[in-house]
Amino acid sequence: MMNTIQLKIDNKELEVPKGTTILDAAKRNGIHIPTLCHMKLHDMNIENKPGGCRVCVVDVKGRRNLAPACVTEAENGMEIDTHSMRVINARRTLTELIISDHPFECLTCAKSGNCELQQLAHDMGIREIHFEGDKSTYRKDTSPAIIRDPDKCIMCRRCEMMCNKIQTVGVLSAINRGFMAVVSPPFEENLDHSVCTYCGQCVAVCPTGALTEVDHTPAVIRALSDPTKTVIVQTAPAVRAALGEEFGLEPGTLVTGKMAAALRRLGFHFVFDTDFAADLTIMEEGTELLDRLQRHLNGDQTVKLPILTSCCPAWVKFFEHQFPTMIDIPSSAKSPQQMFGAIAKTYFAQKQNINRNDLVVVSIMPCLAKKYECSREEFSHDGNPDVDFALSTRELAALIKLANIDFHALPDEDFDHPLGESTGAGVIFGTTGGVIEAAVRTAYELQTGKTLQRINFEELRGMEGIRDATIDFDGLPIRIGIAHGLGNARQLLEDIKSGKSHYHAIEIMSCPGGCIGGGGQPYHHSNSEILKARQKALYSEDEAKTLRKSHENPYIIKLYEEFLGKPMSHKAHQLLHTGYFDRSTTFVEED
Amino acid sequence: MADYKMHILVCGGTGCRASQAEQIVKNFKQELAQKSLDKEIKVVTTGCFGFCEKGPVVKIIPDNTFYTQVTPQDVTDIVEEHFIKGRPLKRLLYHNPKNEFSVTSAKNIDFYKKQVRIALRNCGFINPENIEEYIARDGYAALGMALTEMTPEQAIQLVKDSGLRGRGGGGFPTGLKWEITRKVQNSQKYVVCNADEGDPGAFMDRSILEGDPHSIIEAMAICGYCIGASNGLVYIRAEYPLAIHRLKIALNQAKEYGLLGKDIMGTGFNFDIEIRYGAGAFVCGEETALIHSMEGSRGEPTFKPPFPSVSGYQGKPTNVNNVETFANIPVIFNKGAEWFNKIGTEKSRGTKVFALAGKVNNVGLIEVPMGTTLREVIFDIGGGIRGGKRFKAVQTGGPSGGCLTEKHLDTPIDYDNLILAGSMMGSGGMIVMDEDDCMVSIAKFYLEFTLDESCGKCTPCRIGNKRLFELLEKITQGKGTMQDLDRLRMLSNVIKDTSLCGLGQTSPNPVLSTLDNFYHEYVAHVNSKTCPAGQCKALLKYEVDAEMCTGCTLCFRNCPVGAITGEKKMPHYINQSLCIKCGVCYDKCKFKAISIV
Amino acid sequence: MKIKSLADLRKIKDEVQEKIKLRELGENAENHVQIKVAMATCGIAAGAKDSMNYLIAELDSRGIDAIVTQTGCMGFCYAEPTIEVIKPGKEPVIFGFVTREKAKEIIDEYIIKGELIDGVIPVNYKTIEEQ
Repeated sequence: MMNTIQLKIDNKELEVPKGTTILDAAKRNGIHIPTLCHMKLHDMNIENKPGGCRVCVVDVKGRRNLAPACVTEAENGMEIDTHSMRVINARRTLTELIISDHPFECLTCAKSGNCELQQLAHDMGIREIHFEGDKSTYRKDTSPAIIRDPDKCIMCRRCEMMCNKIQTVGVLSAINRGFMAVVSPPFEENLDHSVCTYCGQCVAVCPTGALTEVDHTPAVIRALSDPTKTVIVQTAPAVRAALGEEFGLEPGTLVTGKMAAALRRLGFHFVFDTDFAADLTIMEEGTELLDRLQRHLNGDQTVKLPILTSCCPAWVKFFEHQFPTMIDIPSSAKSPQQMFGAIAKTYFAQKQNINRNDLVVVSIMPCLAKKYECSREEFSHDGNPDVDFALSTRELAALIKLANIDFHALPDEDFDHPLGESTGAGVIFGTTGGVIEAAVRTAYELQTGKTLQRINFEELRGMEGIRDATIDFDGLPIRIGIAHGLGNARQLLEDIKSGKSHYHAIEIMSCPGGCIGGGGQPYHHSNSEILKARQKALYSEDEAKTLRKSHENPYIIKLYEEFLGKPMSHKAHQLLHTGYFDRSTTFVEED
Repeated sequence: MADYKMHILVCGGTGCRASQAEQIVKNFKQELAQKSLDKEIKVVTTGCFGFCEKGPVVKIIPDNTFYTQVTPQDVTDIVEEHFIKGRPLKRLLYHNPKNEFSVTSAKNIDFYKKQVRIALRNCGFINPENIEEYIARDGYAALGMALTEMTPEQAIQLVKDSGLRGRGGGGFPTGLKWEITRKVQNSQKYVVCNADEGDPGAFMDRSILEGDPHSIIEAMAICGYCIGASNGLVYIRAEYPLAIHRLKIALNQAKEYGLLGKDIMGTGFNFDIEIRYGAGAFVCGEETALIHSMEGSRGEPTFKPPFPSVSGYQGKPTNVNNVETFANIPVIFNKGAEWFNKIGTEKSRGTKVFALAGKVNNVGLIEVPMGTTLREVIFDIGGGIRGGKRFKAVQTGGPSGGCLTEKHLDTPIDYDNLILAGSMMGSGGMIVMDEDDCMVSIAKFYLEFTLDESCGKCTPCRIGNKRLFELLEKITQGKGTMQDLDRLRMLSNVIKDTSLCGLGQTSPNPVLSTLDNFYHEYVAHVNSKTCPAGQCKALLKYEVDAEMCTGCTLCFRNCPVGAITGEKKMPHYINQSLCIKCGVCYDKCKFKAISIV
Repeated sequence: MKIKSLADLRKIKDEVQEKIKLRELGENAENHVQIKVAMATCGIAAGAKDSMNYLIAELDSRGIDAIVTQTGCMGFCYAEPTIEVIKPGKEPVIFGFVTREKAKEIIDEYIIKGELIDGVIPVNYKTIEEQ
């Protein structure tokens, strides 16, 4: 066999493909070498292996020093001991060293129970820290979405890898030397003074509590207990596919009904669905696409194509910073969260006869950037925001636990009307490819006047970072591009800029996998299978719905009849569309 | 043109320039012109002579008279005595510290007697800013030979046969490194010269670049020919302005002469060199960190493999050698592998340059054949311990080398012997310590350096070294326990065993070697709370000898913290809980009544 | 100035060799003829400078690598100009009354052929460095 090698790990004879690391060779054969800095999302081309923590060191016969299993390639004839005295001593010493420079705050840490360092210490059986001394301390940094507590940074560099290699945002990187080395924005500035998009992927991968979300649960609890307020809630599509994990359910378990029940028990007056707003988004964005397309076909040279989706707030902030010359290309349609807020505080408030100041809109999002989005000035009216608070999936789970609700015992309940009804198109917004598939379903029928024979567009689905497909609009070929992960988005944009790609419409999601892999979701702990299971769950919910095209949503039809008129009407523009800002220099300005 | 009967060589190395060497040159030229001797006597600014202890140094050719510690004011006297009256100016001659005799000729100075200068062959001999002087010394002949008479394979074989090993510290066989890089298929390859000399006190690379920059350019071109690269990069620390200045001049001259650029010597071989500046991080001497730094990334090492030979600068095959290694290359080509083979020991051929420093009489840059003993270096070349004190230890290999003792003095110096003895060659720092040095403090001192210079990427180096340092501090403050000594050793071994790069892997060497060789000193700090060398302040105690004290009150009046009490003409007393051990009382007492215990 | 071949390099080397020849000789003094010319007041007065210039020029024209240096008074003021000649591996020999003519004779007879000629001043001393 040319391409396999033989080696011995813990006296077990193994055969693995050439190029396999010792870590993977061991894992394939049921030997779990502990790791800390290493992280790999299989099939997603995301891997962090700086070889920095050294926790995975193993004893290779004939080698002078211990070998880090995560970066050392297995070689033919190697004899490896993963738990000799020398290895155990080294591994425990290293773990103790890391803990000796870590705040002893486990009981109050946001990451308690989800902390990989805590888990490692447990697995290593650390009962005492034999080294005492200084701890490296730094300034804490709070932004609209993310809190950095660098004291808890263990220099695994995962966030740095996500921020630079995957997202190409380039805010987080190692600074300082030696004991004071830490990951930080440039010049130790605050995140809100940087080009950070708040995508939250750094939070999603941080093994400790060094990066966490801003906790809005206390504010929500306060609103819920204020008798003068009507508190309504919207839940994003990706939340229902992941919330169950926080209660020990299998990844990919849909908990839509239990979630609605839990929210009702928490005291929300109306339990609505962001999926409704997703359908609304399709009406506006789809119409905008067809409008631009029509003008383009009519020979209008000023029309901007391709149209880019704009429902992802991290993506919006990304292009505002990085591609300021292209801010007129994305759809002007607001994101579903903000469309919901705008409709809730006008249409719904009027229907209920509530002053908008007494209506509190809470959203449950798989996302941290949504916290930032709802705080953007243009999304408020006389200082009153359209969406008051955005909670992450994790925060909602915490809230449910706090309210003594036995999640498993909850019955399945429905959303309330009028803002709770949605189609399958709204549901699949939560995964990469979903928004554009939903848009195609509606745009096709509006454009051609025909009924779709096939509702599932498999060619738009998958986990590839950049995908494209051409959809036949009854003789008119529509070229579609899809990117998830901002690095992939950057590549697509560069290709458009240089004239290499010609698309009519492009969907972009900041997080790998789309919202199912959002920064506010239950921690995936580097298991990409979890993301795939969530994706599958969303497609199955879509499949189960009778209505699967946004324009068939009866409450959407009613909303236009009663309130908005038609898509892209003056009123729709006022409430459902927005503009973008050149932020290329904003963070350089002096205070 | 060849009318000059004599040359005055003035050292123009950084050290001597700092002591007004430039003014000396100016004065010489002025003085000679005044005396109408400027047609007969030529003034040449050269690279470093190595004997920095006695700089600025002036050498008169052809009689080899060697003047030391010359000031610009001395120039008139030298011209008057040496050139007009024809006799050496005695007061500026070197005085042998052993017998106080003055020595006229450089050749008879102990400091030079045992040296064999290969890498430093042109330093202090030619004007580094004049390519013709380099060419006159067989400069670029090696490149010419390689390009016209040898295939790259043959040239690599020659380097392999010479047995030359990397002088940057690792000691990897140079020829083998070239061969590996040659064998990697790629149309774009790089030759990198590592001039990021970072060992505190070591300056051989700087001296070579300042004194003989063309030898590096020539060697890099030869390397480029061998491995199949047409681009060279010199990574040099920005703190070396003179070396950068001279290297730039040399690069321009080489280009002007067609020795760099396209179609060198009509052979069709193209080679060019660019300079890249480093900000002076010690870790950037590690080749992967160096490459990351050149690429504009954070200067931190990455795991090897892949080695730079396979994937280096911009992901291309890259051969990294240090300055001193390159400096050996042209000589090996000119004189042959066999000649080189005769110098040194079986496994370490050739010579090694050391920066000799510390408590020896003759501090400076020296080059000796491999296999020379530490005793010869310290006592013959170095002229023994300063002030007649006792030799205690020598630290080789820079901050992460080990401290060797009396019992190692007769060890022939080479890569393997030093490692066997618990130290290493490193880039050639050599610091001598005497009986006044506390070995625990020494270990702490070196660790402090690596602590500062660690990039912080891996746990053992980032946190482990910090904890080691804290343990040492605890011990020097008299708060250590015997358990701490065990912990010190255990932690040192883990750091050595698990660190990512050479910096971390060697950082505990000073601790381990002092634990091995001076364990009793550690025990004294821990058990009897004393510092045998009297260096650890926290462990010192100043006491008044009542018999000797005259009650003059001088100590009482000078104590900055009021720790001394006593009546006039009565014995005084030091309150130990207030004493800050500043030593003022000890210095002020005229009756030797205060002692350190 | 462009070097276009190895031959060009060698040509330049030959041309510039002179620049550092003196230093190369100094480096290997013991392998070459060394001549010290006594250049104290008495020597200079007796024409030592002229003799020295002659020696340098003559040796150079004959292609003999020699090191001609000046030194102080040798103590033989009655026989100025005096010079000391050291051939490689030989004891030093001191000649007195070294005029141009004498100098030529010393080169012809002693330096080239190794034959002693008239005018040798017998000495028996050691320098401090040799002790």
